[in-house]
Amino acid sequence: MTATLQSRSGTAADAVGGVLPAAVVRPVTVPDVVAVLRGGGTVVPAGGRTKLSWAAPPSSCDVLLDTTGLDRVLDHTAGDLVVIAEAGVRLADLQAQLAGSGQWLALDPPEPGATLGGVLSANASGPRRLRYGTARDLLIGVTVVLADGTVAASGGKVVKNVAGYDLGKLYTGAHGTLGVVVSTTWRLHPLPAARRVVVVDLADTAAAGPLALRLARSTLTPTAVELLAGSGEPARLVVVFESIPESVRAQARSAVELLDGGAEQDELPEGFGRRPGGADDLVLRLAFAPAALPAVLAALPAGAAVTASACTGVAYAALPAGSGAAALPGLRAAIAPYDGTAAVLAAPADLADLDQWGPVGDALPLMTQVKDRFDPARRMSPGRFVGGL
Amino acid sequence: MSLLAAPATDRTARLAEGLRRAVGAQRVLTDRAQLRTYECDGLTNFRVTPAIVVLAESREHVVATVRLCAGAGVPFVARGSGTGLSGGALPVADGVLIVLSRLRGMGPVDPDNARIVVEPGVINLWVSREAAPYDLAYAPDPSSQQICSIGGNVAENSGGAHCLKYGFTVNHVTGAEVVLPDGEVVHLGGTAAERPGYDLLGAFVGSEGTLGVATEVTLRLIRVPEAVQTMLVGFTSIEDAGGAVSDIIAAGILPAAIEMMDALAIEAAEAAVGCGYPAGAVAVLVIELDGPQVEVEAQFAQVERIVLRRHAFETRIAADAAERALMWKGRKSAFAAVGRISPAYFVQDGVIPRTRLPEVLGDIYRMADEVGLRVANVFHAGDGNLHPLVLFDNAVQGQAEDAEELAGAILDLCVATGGSITGEHGVGHEKRMKMGRQFTADDLDTMQLVRCAFDPDGIANPGKIFPTPRLCGERPGPRTGEHPFQAAGLGEVF
Ligand SMILES: Cc1cc2nc3c(=O)[nH]c(=O)nc-3n(C[C@H](O)[C@H](O)[C@H](O)COP(=O)(O)OP(=O)(O)OC[C@H]3O[C@@H](n4cnc5c(N)ncnc54)[C@H](O)[C@@H]3O)c2cc1C
Repeated sequence: MTATLQSRSGTAADAVGGVLPAAVVRPVTVPDVVAVLRGGGTVVPAGGRTKLSWAAPPSSCDVLLDTTGLDRVLDHTAGDLVVIAEAGVRLADLQAQLAGSGQWLALDPPEPGATLGGVLSANASGPRRLRYGTARDLLIGVTVVLADGTVAASGGKVVKNVAGYDLGKLYTGAHGTLGVVVSTTWRLHPLPAARRVVVVDLADTAAAGPLALRLARSTLTPTAVELLAGSGEPARLVVVFESIPESVRAQARSAVELLDGGAEQDELPEGFGRRPGGADDLVLRLAFAPAALPAVLAALPAGAAVTASACTGVAYAALPAGSGAAALPGLRAAIAPYDGTAAVLAAPADLADLDQWGPVGDALPLMTQVKDRFDPARRMSPGRFVGGL
Repeated sequence: MSLLAAPATDRTARLAEGLRRAVGAQRVLTDRAQLRTYECDGLTNFRVTPAIVVLAESREHVVATVRLCAGAGVPFVARGSGTGLSGGALPVADGVLIVLSRLRGMGPVDPDNARIVVEPGVINLWVSREAAPYDLAYAPDPSSQQICSIGGNVAENSGGAHCLKYGFTVNHVTGAEVVLPDGEVVHLGGTAAERPGYDLLGAFVGSEGTLGVATEVTLRLIRVPEAVQTMLVGFTSIEDAGGAVSDIIAAGILPAAIEMMDALAIEAAEAAVGCGYPAGAVAVLVIELDGPQVEVEAQFAQVERIVLRRHAFETRIAADAAERALMWKGRKSAFAAVGRISPAYFVQDGVIPRTRLPEVLGDIYRMADEVGLRVANVFHAGDGNLHPLVLFDNAVQGQAEDAEELAGAILDLCVATGGSITGEHGVGHEKRMKMGRQFTADDLDTMQLVRCAFDPDGIANPGKIFPTPRLCGERPGPRTGEHPFQAAGLGEVF
């Protein structure tokens, strides 16, 4: 063991999906992480702990591996638009640092305090996924520690690179079930110089689909097209242009024309980018064929609060817990024809045995093989993933 | 293999017989002369004649072939159009080559979802052609796009000039139907952008045929941009051209493409296609911007200022699509064109951090001078993906060896700068021994865990990517009774 490794007993505040870890360790170096994993037992990695509810409760948690001590930005070569940062670096801190060079990591999930490792492992994204894609499109290298303590890297620090398998893809959205992500390398983008926003008030959410389609088929290049529809609030479509000043002005004007209305403004509206839902809600992430937005919205039970990245086929919905849980199987069946899936991001404690993920398809046996190769003893975040992996 | 295994010839004969029954005799080639057609891909200096070639025409043919191979323990190699430049589709002797170029079905364009489902033998360029009536296009545009297949693109995670802005194949594939090496069919991804579960599609794209055979691919299409502008710029020094590339990126501009050619590459292209590049240029850049009209116009003007500051001696702006096509013709024909000024050449595909461009190019020229060889450079400057073409003459004693050594040394140089041995052509057979330069043994072993999950018997395109295969051992399953962490002994354990 290294001298730097801090550990303590788990408390109620450390519980993951109601499961209390026996110990909490906070490594600050990669050798520390290796030591923890070599120590045995079941291990659940956690970063900012903002999305622990996005995966199922672990079947066992001997050690909660707190990654926030791995908090160094290792390299930022501005001219190459590449940054290498440890997994525990907070996304917001990284963005603040990069902004000094007029750059950013083009990921905008809303959870405050989220770490890079957590964003990657939960595959969290925000409205600007429309333009920049998600973690899988921006991650160019990753270093992980496997359950047996092996330290392995893939990718590199150049944007273009096809040498070897891309392990980064596997760790994106794996929720810590394949090992601990310790370092991440990202492609960066320049911060846009200007923004112009068009807000369209909608009669109802059903109006959003056709408008989103009009935008998608046009030559306009918004960075985000968000449907905001709080429960009981009027629905709005928010179209964001971020580029050079002359471009955002011209595009916003064209958008108003294309959408037959809308108000232009410079600021993002209140609530933009936030996921819906309160503590007592059942919160879902829905993914589906982009043009199926109207059908997916129609399939949601009444009273749902929704935000949708309208042109990308991703939506977040908050349902009243009780009726929501009852409606979930029907919702999943209704959106399945549109390649639709609904994953649970948060649920009240009394819904613990909810099917977090829903049907996974015919690749589940292969996923199981992958899990069993990377973590044969099933020590890493056991039970948190699809199929009980 | 056990000593009791049948000799390869008997085994091959039996397998061929089984294949004929399963897919039809006319689709199974065993005649030596016919087999020779398939002995190499675009990298012609490696040749292996396969034992059997299957010309698959349907998913069922692929499934049946793979099943029979798995049953017989015979390796198979998938082949698309055979344009690969790393020996990825190099056959295995005694193995089966599964040719997919007859699988050329294309589903209808789904304009609202901006998707199209295609079979793997479909040629890259056909997709954009099919999508054009809907103002859609398929973004990845390898220079070989008139002949290479989507299946090959998926396997290699192919790039192209416009990947600087739009990303690579992996960013434009949302789903694939894959025949696994045991003959099972799985569906990875789909129409939607994401779904619960591991991103096995992401792992499959770029796996060079080592994880299975794609029999159907769902592609994401992009909206054709409102405006496109292309500029050809001549420089009198590599440093200035490289500096201009850095300055453009530093200005926050993301062009659709920035391509560079050096004097020797220009000379070759000129001789081949008469593209009329600026006379006397030591380097040219082809810079393309696309997007909304206002944006393109403003940024184009800015790019012009930048290149002039970097002493561009000639800037030419394409007035129309025809002029644009001519500018691109010089670039896209460069590989073939080099064949005109040299009897033979090696193409490399190393990547370096963009900011190191002028320095690394200087090093490459120096290294070439030292051994008395010429290197032409044609490359994707915007993302630091070099294509040094090492020219040589087989008739000159020892020159091929020198050229190969130089090509290898260039890759070492790329790795030393923090780059990669391959940006888009893949590791294949050719560069597998270089993998150890870029990755540790643990990195490679960990990658091969993926291989073991998909292909525990190692029969899908063996001998590619990895310097040494990892033995997968028995198939693991869930184990119970592992040592539980002892909460009580915390202090001792940590
Ligand atoms: C003149 C020229 C220019 C080129 N320019 C570029 C360029 O700009 N960018 C670039 O990225 N590449 C370029 N290439 C390389 C090559 O064209 C690409 O790698 C292309 O994707 C290969 O496609 P293919 O159909 O020819 O595949 P093949 O060469 O037949 O096979 C390539 C690999 O894919 C595997 N494979 C093929 N089909 C399948 C399938 N259905 N399922 C699973 N595995 C499969 C094979 O086993 C092999 O490993 C160029 C090549 C040439 C000759």
